[in-house]
Amino acid sequence: MLCDVCKCNDASVFLTQILEGKMQKVNLCDACSKEKGVQDPTGFALADLLLGIGAAEEIEKGATSQKCPVCGFTQADFKKTGRLGCSACYQTFGEGLDSLLKAMHKGTEHVGKLPERAARQMQLSDKMRVLNDSLRKAVAEENYETAASLRDQIKRLEHEMAS
Amino acid sequence: MKFSQVMTNSGEWLRGEGPHHQVVVSSRVRLARNLRDRAFPGWAKKAERTQVLEQIRPHVEGLSEMQDSFSELLQDLSALEKQVLVERHLISREHAAKGVGSAVIMNRRQTLSIMINEEDHLRMQSIRSGLQLKNAFKLVDKVDSTLEHKLDIAYDQRLGYLTACPTNVGTGMRASAMLHLPGLVLSDLINQVIQAVNKIGLAVRGLYGEGTEAMGNLFQISNQTTLGEKEEEIISRLTKVIETIIEKEHDARQMLTQKKPDTLSDQIGRAYGVLTYAHAMTSKEALNLLSIMKLGVDLGAFPEERRLPIDELFIETQPAHLQKASQQKLNAEERDYLRAEIIRARLKLFPKPDMDKVAREREDQPPSDSNHHE
Repeated sequence: MLCDVCKCNDASVFLTQILEGKMQKVNLCDACSKEKGVQDPTGFALADLLLGIGAAEEIEKGATSQKCPVCGFTQADFKKTGRLGCSACYQTFGEGLDSLLKAMHKGTEHVGKLPERAARQMQLSDKMRVLNDSLRKAVAEENYETAASLRDQIKRLEHEMAS
Repeated sequence: MKFSQVMTNSGEWLRGEGPHHQVVVSSRVRLARNLRDRAFPGWAKKAERTQVLEQIRPHVEGLSEMQDSFSELLQDLSALEKQVLVERHLISREHAAKGVGSAVIMNRRQTLSIMINEEDHLRMQSIRSGLQLKNAFKLVDKVDSTLEHKLDIAYDQRLGYLTACPTNVGTGMRASAMLHLPGLVLSDLINQVIQAVNKIGLAVRGLYGEGTEAMGNLFQISNQTTLGEKEEEIISRLTKVIETIIEKEHDARQMLTQKKPDTLSDQIGRAYGVLTYAHAMTSKEALNLLSIMKLGVDLGAFPEERRLPIDELFIETQPAHLQKASQQKLNAEERDYLRAEIIRARLKLFPKPDMDKVAREREDQPPSDSNHHE
């Protein structure tokens, strides 16, 4: 097997790295592995190496194709800055971020302050769920008088939620 | 309120009157918040940044806590004025580098400062003297709740408050305290303490935060993580750790007075001598020597009423304060001369250190059980 970098010597160093859930493999000869600093684990990232030798095009493509619909931020931008583009980016790049957050923080879910507005929305959507369930039940039981009243309540609640 | 009033009004935390003020200089709590679906300041174009600023600023200025506040666009502040605010920890170094599209608003007492378009749309900070993390949080939490009714804040049911940097997501809260630890430094125990604190997920930093050197035996300790723990839990965990460090610092000081009284006398005597007679002094040297003078006051080598002038010198001898007060731009060498002059003038009527008093006070105290906290 030939070295992925110089493509002339036989590879003697075989590297596997898992980056954001994707497995990357690279084969290097002794000289190239030294040159790329592979033997110094602290200063080496496989992605950086791959980015320099063309095999990286594929990862690049995958990274840039994902774009935040709200602000136009890409995963490549995140790699560059370590910051996100807007609050919607958390949803756009959700999967990749989860492992990062897990490594960074104590937990993966917020347990602290709940803004009043969000608390109220949660309350209302709970209420909505109950009303919808009752409506389905009423219709199934052909209890149309109750169903009509429930539908009115749902309408009022929808209005309240939108305001 | 004008900038000149910010200068003359020293701010509560600089007067150092809070609980545990001998060791804890100040407590700060900051919350990071953003508007929903608007590009974060680092990604937004100038026009959008300005829009966000114009949307947020009136609500911040309208807070009851912000009556008679100082409110200024960053582009309207001189480099020197920005640096003064950094030296007072009222804005971050990152914010000082900002221009068009950013602003700072702070209250008269300088206990509350709000940065618009720093790394996040809103960075709200409360700063109090001594160990008062709970009170600092209470104030900034109240302000946050008020603003929340007026602004559509980015919040996710699972991840909490959404921030530009994933390291702040969740509570968006960073609580920190500035500790003065000459005892632990002089007894070579400080690295042990720093390592222990790092191990439990808290960060230790220098005087001006991330990446800055520890000068004047001052250390900042803060929470590292923001997701998966309640605000109150983070604060009480941090407070407990700080209380332990305070005990360790007091133990170290007691050990020094008992086992190494000559080293201590030498340090305090040298600090007094150099500060009283030097004609050129860098800010680093000044901070390090003032730190020893402060220790001297704590231990009784100088009378208690001399505490305030020492505390004031800590901030007055910082480069930007020096230049702003003298109303001229000075190069480093000129600053060193002026700094030494100011210190000499302030220490002119300062009594000589009374090391016998330190020894007497030690004898008055019961012998300490130094293994007590191990």
